[in-house]
Amino acid sequence: MALFKAHYNLEKNSIALVIGIILAASVGGIVEIAPLFTIDETVETLPDMRVYTPLELAGRNIYIREGCYACHSQMIRTLRDEVERYGPYSLAAESQYDHPMLWGSKRTGPDIARLGGKYSDDWHVAHLINPRAVVPTSIMPAYPWLATAPLAVDDLGAHLAALRTLGVPYTDEMIANAPRDAEAQANPDSAGAAGVTERYGEATTLRRFSGTPRLTEMDAVVAYLQVLGQLTQAPYAPDAMLEQP
Amino acid sequence: MIAQLTRTERNVAMTLAALLALLGLTMAAVGNHDPMAVHGFMALALGLVLVFAVGGVLEEPTPSPARLLQYYDDPIKVGIVLAMIWGVFAMAIGLWVAALMVWPDATFGQAWSSYGRLRPVHTTGVVFAFGGNALIATSFHVMQRTCRARLADQLSPWFVLIGYNLFCLWAVSGYFMGITQSKEYAEPEWYADIWLVIVWVAYLVLYLRTLKRRAEPHIYVANWYYLAFIVVVAMLHIVNAAALPVSWTGAKSYPAFSGVQDAMVQWWYGHNAVAFFMTSGFLGMLYYYLPVRAQRPIFSYRLSILSFWGITFFYLWVGSHHLHYTALPHWVQTLGMTFSVMLLVPSWASAGNALLTLNGAWHRVRDDATLRFMFVAAVFYGLSTFEGSFLAIRPVNALSHYTDWTVGHVHSGALGWLAMVTFGAFYSVIPQIWGRPAMYSPKLVEWHFWLALTGLLTYVFALWNAGITQGLMWRTYNDAGTLNYSFIDSMEAMRPYYIARVVGGSLFLAGICVGAVNIWLTVRGARNAAADRPLSPQPAE
Repeated sequence: MALFKAHYNLEKNSIALVIGIILAASVGGIVEIAPLFTIDETVETLPDMRVYTPLELAGRNIYIREGCYACHSQMIRTLRDEVERYGPYSLAAESQYDHPMLWGSKRTGPDIARLGGKYSDDWHVAHLINPRAVVPTSIMPAYPWLATAPLAVDDLGAHLAALRTLGVPYTDEMIANAPRDAEAQANPDSAGAAGVTERYGEATTLRRFSGTPRLTEMDAVVAYLQVLGQLTQAPYAPDAMLEQP
Repeated sequence: MIAQLTRTERNVAMTLAALLALLGLTMAAVGNHDPMAVHGFMALALGLVLVFAVGGVLEEPTPSPARLLQYYDDPIKVGIVLAMIWGVFAMAIGLWVAALMVWPDATFGQAWSSYGRLRPVHTTGVVFAFGGNALIATSFHVMQRTCRARLADQLSPWFVLIGYNLFCLWAVSGYFMGITQSKEYAEPEWYADIWLVIVWVAYLVLYLRTLKRRAEPHIYVANWYYLAFIVVVAMLHIVNAAALPVSWTGAKSYPAFSGVQDAMVQWWYGHNAVAFFMTSGFLGMLYYYLPVRAQRPIFSYRLSILSFWGITFFYLWVGSHHLHYTALPHWVQTLGMTFSVMLLVPSWASAGNALLTLNGAWHRVRDDATLRFMFVAAVFYGLSTFEGSFLAIRPVNALSHYTDWTVGHVHSGALGWLAMVTFGAFYSVIPQIWGRPAMYSPKLVEWHFWLALTGLLTYVFALWNAGITQGLMWRTYNDAGTLNYSFIDSMEAMRPYYIARVVGGSLFLAGICVGAVNIWLTVRGARNAAADRPLSPQPAE
C-alpha cells in the first residue's frame, strides 16, 4: 500500500517525523479551543456581573493555596438532581473573571458554586476551625490557623493590576485603593466602607466576617465563600436578565 | 562517573552549575519574604554541590577514547534510582491522603499536611517525578539500543536529568508551602514552568541528535512514541502554563485564561498529559521491553503505524469530555465525546499488538514475573482505555463525573498500566546496564508482582463501588419526588470503600518497597559480564 510505503520513508527522517507529530497533534486543539475566544455566545453578557473585591480575591487565593479544588467543584451541571441539590446551573459568565477557573473535577465534599448566603459567617468560621464541630461525620481537614494568620493586604493592588492586564475590568481607583478596601470590607464601621460600596456596588457585603476586629485570613476566606454564586443574580432569574449580544 | 566527561564538558558543566547557583542566589535575594526564596536556596545548594562535584575532578585526565565504543549508561542508572526514590515517596504520600479520607485528623494540625496540599504532592510525585524519571531513563536506554548509537554527548543527559528533578523538587516542595496554581496536574508556578521548558527543549535536542547518529536506517517504533511524548508535552505545557506573575519577585501568578476558555485549555492539557505523558511515553517503553523480554518480534508493524498516528491525532480532541453538561458549549462536548469513542480503535490496536506479540511466548509469561508485569500492563492499558471511552459518553459521564469512579479509572491506568510497565522495564534493564546476570532475587520480583496486582485490584474494585454508589445516591428520588439522600449521607456511605482503598494502596506500596530493596541488592551485588546488544552490527555466524 502506498500509505505504508510513504511511512517507510517517513520513519527514516527524524525531523519529518517531528513535524508530522506536531501537525497531527495540533488539529484538535485548534478546532476546539480557538473558536471559544471568537464566538460571542460562548460567554453570556450579564448586566449586573461584578468583579471580586480585594478581600474576596485574597480569600480566593487562599482557597487556591490550600488546594480546595481537589474536593469541591464549582460547576453545577445542567442535570435535574444537581439543580435541585445545589441551585441553578452555572453559567459561563459567572467564572469569566476567574483566573484560573475552579470548576474542579471531584466532589469528595459538595459543590460550592452557590454556597454564598446559605450559611452564616459564624457557621463558616466554626466549620473551618473544626469541621467536625458542626458536621460530626465530615472528613474535611481543619484549618484553625486561618483564624490567627494576619491577612497580607499590601500587595493587593499589584494583584488587581495583574488581573487587569489579563482582561478583568478593575479600574485605576480599585487598584489604588485595594489594601484599604480589603480592610474596610471587613470593618463596616470604618471610614473606608463607603468607598467599597461605591467601587464594587451596593450588593457588596461588608461585615466582620471572622467576628473579630483583627483582619485575618479567615475574613478573606469567609468573604470569598459568601460571594460564591452571588457575583450576579442572573442565574436566579434567567430569561429576564440575559441580554442577547 | 563525572570523570567520564571530557575536559570541555567538565568546563561547561562547571559554568552551568555556577549559573544555577547564581540563579538560586538571585531568586533567594529578590524573593526575601516569599516562599520563592526557599526554592532559590534549593537551586543555590544544588548548584554549589555540582560546582564542588565537578570541580573535584576538573583536572583529572581525559577519559579514554575507548568509551565511545560503548553505550553511555551512567545517567540511566541515576534516573532509575531517582524514579524508585520518588516512587516510594509519592506512593507513601498517596497512602497518607487515602488515610486522611478515613481519619481526617491525621494531619497533626499542620498547614503543610492538610489534604489539599498533600494531594498534588501525590499526583505530581507519581506521574511526573516517578513516571517522568522512568521515561527519561528508559528513553536514554531505548534510543541508544535501537539506534546502535551512543548518546550524542555526555553532558546534556545530565542537564536533562538533573534539571528535570529540580523541577519536580520545586513543584512538590512548593505544594507543601502553598505554592500552586490549582490547575490540576499543572500546579507548579511560573518560574518552575519556564525552567521545565528549558529542560524539555534540551531533551528534544538530545533525542534528535542521538537519532541522527543512528546506525540503523529506520527509526524504531518505540522512538516515535518517545518523540511524540516529548514534542506534544512541550506544546501542551507551553499553552496551558501561560500566566502573568503578580511580580517578578514572588511565586504568585494568574493564569492567562479565565472561565470557560481556561477550563477547555486546562482539560485539553489535562487529558493529554494522560495521553502523551502517561500513555505515549510508556507505549514507547512497552514497544521495546516487551518484545525483547518475550524474545518475539512485534506482532504487526502496520498495526503499530495505525495505532501511533491514531493516538497522536485523536487524543487531542477528547479533553472536553471532562466538561460534559457544564457551561462549555455543547458542540465542543459532543466533539470530545465522539473522538473519545473513536479513540478506542487505536488504543486497542496498541494493546492488541502487544498481547499478540506474546503469542508463542506464553510460557515465558507464566514463568517470568518481569514479562508478566508487562503483560498485565498491556491488559490494563486495554481495560483503562475501554473504560475511558465509556466514561466519556455523555449519559455515563452524568453518573460518573465528580465521583470516585474517575479516581478509580485514573488508578487503573496509573497503577495497572504506568507503574506495571515501568516495573517490567526496570527489571529488564537493570541487570543489563549494571552488568549482572539477573535480578538479585527472582522470588522478590514474584512477591512484588503479586503484591502490586492484589493492591491494584483491591483499589480499583473499591473505587468502582464507591463511585457508582455515590453517583446513584446523588440522583435517587423518593416517592415524594424529592432527593432521597443528603450529601453527607453519600459521604458516610463511602467509609468502607475508603478503608478498602487504604488496604489496596498499602499492598501496592509494599510491592514497590520490595522492588526497591531488590534493586538495591542487585546493584550492590557482584558484577558479571552480561550480554548487551553490540554497538555495531554483528555478522551472522
